[in-house]
Amino acid sequence: MEVKAQDTKTTKTGVLKRIAGPVVTAVGIEAHMYDVVKVGKEELMGEVIKIQGENIIIQVYEDTSGIRPGEPVINTGLSLAVELGPGLLTSIYDGIQRPLSVLVDKMGDFIQRGVSAPGLDHSKKWEFRPLVKEGQEVGPGTVIGEVQETNIVHRILVPPNVKGGTVKSIRSGSFTVDEVICTLDDGTSLTMMQKWPVRVPRPVLEKMNPTVPLITGQRILDGLFPIAKGGTAAIPGPFGSGKTVTQQQLAKWSDAEIVVYIGCGERGNEMTEVLTEFPELEDPKTGKPLMERTVLIANTSNMPVAAREASVYTGITIAEYFRDMGYDVSLMADSTSRWAEAMREISSRLEEMPGEEGYPAYLAARLSEFYERAGRVRTLGGKMGSVSVIGAVSPPGGDFSEPVTQNTLRIVKVFWALDAKLSQRRHFPAINWLNSYSLYLDSLQEWYDREVSPEWNSLRSWAMEILQKEAELQEIVQLVGSDALPEAEQITIEVARMIREIFLQQNAYDAVDTFCDMKKQYDMMKAIRQYSDLAYAAQNAGVTPQQILSVRSKNELPQIKFIKDYVPALAKIQADMESEFNALRSAA
Amino acid sequence: MKEYRTITQIAGPLVFVEKTEPVGYGELVNIVLYDGSIKRGQVLDTSDELVVVQVFETTAGIGRDSGIRFTGETIKMPVGRDMLGRILSGGGKPIDGGPEIVPEKRLDITGAAINPYARGSPNDFIQTGISTIDGTNTLVRGQKLPIFSGAGLPHNQIALQIARQAKVPGSKEAFAVVFAAMGITKEEANYFMQDFERTGALERAVVFLNLADDPAVERIITPRLALTTAEYLAFDLGMHVLVILTDMTNYCEALRQIGAAREEVPGRRGYPGYMYTDLAGIYERAGIVKGKKGSITQFPILTMPGDDITHPIPDLTGYITEGQIVVSRELHRKGIYPPINVLPSLSRLMNLGIGKGHTREDHKKVSDQLYAAYAEGNDLRGLVAIVGKDALSERDRMFLEFADLFENRFVRQGYTEDRTIEETLDLGWNLLSTLPVEQLVRIDRDLINKYHPKFRQTAKAEG
Ligand SMILES: Nc1ncnc2c1ncn2[C@@H]1O[C@H](COP(=O)(O)OP(=O)(O)OP(=O)(O)O)[C@@H](O)[C@H]1O
Ligand SMILES: Nc1ncnc2c1ncn2[C@@H]1O[C@H](COP(=O)(O)OP(=O)(O)O)[C@@H](O)[C@H]1O
Ligand SMILES: [Mg+2]
Ligand SMILES: [Mg+2]
Repeated sequence: MEVKAQDTKTTKTGVLKRIAGPVVTAVGIEAHMYDVVKVGKEELMGEVIKIQGENIIIQVYEDTSGIRPGEPVINTGLSLAVELGPGLLTSIYDGIQRPLSVLVDKMGDFIQRGVSAPGLDHSKKWEFRPLVKEGQEVGPGTVIGEVQETNIVHRILVPPNVKGGTVKSIRSGSFTVDEVICTLDDGTSLTMMQKWPVRVPRPVLEKMNPTVPLITGQRILDGLFPIAKGGTAAIPGPFGSGKTVTQQQLAKWSDAEIVVYIGCGERGNEMTEVLTEFPELEDPKTGKPLMERTVLIANTSNMPVAAREASVYTGITIAEYFRDMGYDVSLMADSTSRWAEAMREISSRLEEMPGEEGYPAYLAARLSEFYERAGRVRTLGGKMGSVSVIGAVSPPGGDFSEPVTQNTLRIVKVFWALDAKLSQRRHFPAINWLNSYSLYLDSLQEWYDREVSPEWNSLRSWAMEILQKEAELQEIVQLVGSDALPEAEQITIEVARMIREIFLQQNAYDAVDTFCDMKKQYDMMKAIRQYSDLAYAAQNAGVTPQQILSVRSKNELPQIKFIKDYVPALAKIQADMESEFNALRSAA
Repeated sequence: MKEYRTITQIAGPLVFVEKTEPVGYGELVNIVLYDGSIKRGQVLDTSDELVVVQVFETTAGIGRDSGIRFTGETIKMPVGRDMLGRILSGGGKPIDGGPEIVPEKRLDITGAAINPYARGSPNDFIQTGISTIDGTNTLVRGQKLPIFSGAGLPHNQIALQIARQAKVPGSKEAFAVVFAAMGITKEEANYFMQDFERTGALERAVVFLNLADDPAVERIITPRLALTTAEYLAFDLGMHVLVILTDMTNYCEALRQIGAAREEVPGRRGYPGYMYTDLAGIYERAGIVKGKKGSITQFPILTMPGDDITHPIPDLTGYITEGQIVVSRELHRKGIYPPINVLPSLSRLMNLGIGKGHTREDHKKVSDQLYAAYAEGNDLRGLVAIVGKDALSERDRMFLEFADLFENRFVRQGYTEDRTIEETLDLGWNLLSTLPVEQLVRIDRDLINKYHPKFRQTAKAEG
């Protein structure tokens, strides 16, 4: 299947006229916007990004050092596309879907240029099981068969741009992604692979409202600021505040079926960490290695900047493809700021009129087009699937008023505001509970009622109120000291501290606390609430705050985080709290 | 080689040349002056009509009569094992009176990105003997960990103490130091050189010196030459290389100068929009390659203009490096050496190099608890200034005292004091034991029972 009909008139060879870094100019070539071209004698891959009279301006995905004016340029007439089919899972790609493992084989430990490598392994055979019969009607998005790719079943779909018809023949057995497995009566032949241009969203039947949370096992996220399956979230923060760790936690523990993780212009060692850790970690739901449901895109900060620009599109297209199989996919992009900077860098080389802080005027449009590709959908084949998108934002100087953060916040529904003050005191996740929000709370309420407890929503509101109250009280404390607070408010301060230190703080590196399911989240919050209720009741009965604050059993509560089978221990703490308070009340 | 005399314009470090042969982007250019001397530059922009060359030295003496020779290749650097013990200029020429380097290889100075798939996991703990680093911001082999400092603060002492004391406990593998100075004063350079000579480190070092009075644009290539050398030593010769780059602020100023000369649209505070990518091209040249013996650990030093950590230079650096060690003027004023403020400091690779099998099982939790307690005590200082100590609760007073203890016992140490990791962690426990046990909420009970001095002593007494 061809992405765009190969028009022989536009497939032409021209010559390079100017080279200035990743942007080059060619003449004597006919081209359309976003055509993929081969640049120079080494045939470096590039893409047409501007047409100006007879000058064709190209961004090149590889280093252009040593390339000279006069070298040839060939237009392939195709758009930048990814290969979609069995073999995607467990792969690690650069921004233009070249498998990094293949690049190591072809060019060694360092990234050289001029090497092409297809996204899928074209020699590997996959066991294909047909799910439709000859004579059956199929259309775009119909599942015609499946392949057991890892522990995940890879469904083979009729591509969205194939009209469909009656199945004339279909085979079962072991095939490569290039072999025809199915033919239709109109002569179309289908393989297990499809190509899709990355800059075009894959079509769906309809977009639905998200009503189910993406459970992440992170208390502050699931508990206070949940993201829905098919939703969008941004996580802005200065360096070292926890963007990457939070995203990696989501990639590890969220209950998505497929994870696409894009390292966009960030550190090499962070990708190595994912590569070494994920095969060892188990999916808490399936018990299978996490790597088996994961696709990684790594275009690190020192890899070509044009490929960094493309990496985000490569990732989201792969995510949409798995969504079309009916899966819940979550996609993390770390960091969208580096993507925006790649746009800025290319744009400034094009001498475009800069917008705010040098970013191109189309920054906002690109960001919203990207996040619009998230969603919970009914696929062309009638299945339910979703793509949730979580984007890290790296604001210069940690200042959220800059264009990337601001334009992102206008689009996304969940805002997890990282706070350097919290990370500096090693309160992790350093998500500020006063500034963050989730606009999905209302639509998810029913789910929490049903799946967690009818009490959950009010427990959540209660915790938020206490935290809000604490912030107000802290202002007074800053003026008069904590001892001068009225008794009831001293209790509030203590309860707020418990919510922060016990519930909100969660160490990603603790073997047990790294993941906390909804039941445990509920039990923990409930125990804090119990202390709070007992404390206020005791205070009304005349017990002094000193006595209330020094109830010993509550000091055991933080330990619950580190205990896997916490139920007996928690029950004991709760019983002890009751009896300690009983004793206090009867003594008062 | 053809020589052109078609210079049309010279602006700052840029030379514009017309009507040339087709010239490659990034190609090395020799500019021949009237007296026969040669200056070097690099092609920044090339087209049929015009070639823009960035000169790496001062443009003094370059005129329309100067000759331009295109070398047909990108900038390469001769490297060889006899570089160890040598002192080179910021442009890579020997300045110690010794012979030219005998090249075993000529390497492209921009270097290629390590394929993330080929990277090895950095997890060998490096003991620096400094508690605020080993205990709370642990360094591992293959990490890039900058020192964020300010003018007049003792970052050079700290860097030297690290260079002197750094070791992987139990390992006897070959190591080397590559030192690149960019725009520092002669006096600062001497300070480093004398220490290298005194301790014998010079034999295992390659030194690149671009001093304050050397051309600013040369600073653009100095770190690249240093890292090319480091890659050769690490990945060809299998050495563990520690690279010290100082001062990255001067490097960034040179970058800004070139951007301005090219009349580029400037980014934040006048620095080029591509500074992140440019710096990444330097800092990412640290790490470990699977299946290769050596490693590159980077210690860039930068002075934060106005002590402002949100300034683009520290900001973009922090976004690329694997943490930062922040030197504090306030601690320095209190007379504490090393004046490292742990709160904004961070080592992102710490978790890979600590714990059971690396340092000690309690390391992570002790570190977290020290941070939390110090942060809390430190916050209270502001409050005390307003309401006085008496308005504090019992609990608050304990944390306030903890903060002082932490600075005076944990942070403060001698310039030659080399603490083992056990000493550092035990010191941490001693300080934590001044707080009530139930306040140690970051540590699990098992570890408290095993390491807390109170329980350790009872355990010892019983045993
Ligand atoms: N949203 C929050 N972010 C950070 N800390 C918080 C927040 N709410 C409560 N706290 C807690 O309250 C205390 C004081 O908070 P914080 O240091 O942010 O106060 P502040 O008045 O903003 O400080 P400053 O005057 O230095 O700006 C801290 O101990 C912190 O743990
Ligand atoms: N949830 C967490 N639990 C424990 N430590 C964390 C957590 N989140 C962040 N950290 C710590 O903060 C450091 C910086 O986090 P990172 O995600 O790399 O920041 P960013 O991507 O925002 O620069 C990590 O190396 C880790 O030490
Ligand atoms: Mg990060
Ligand atoms: Mg589904």
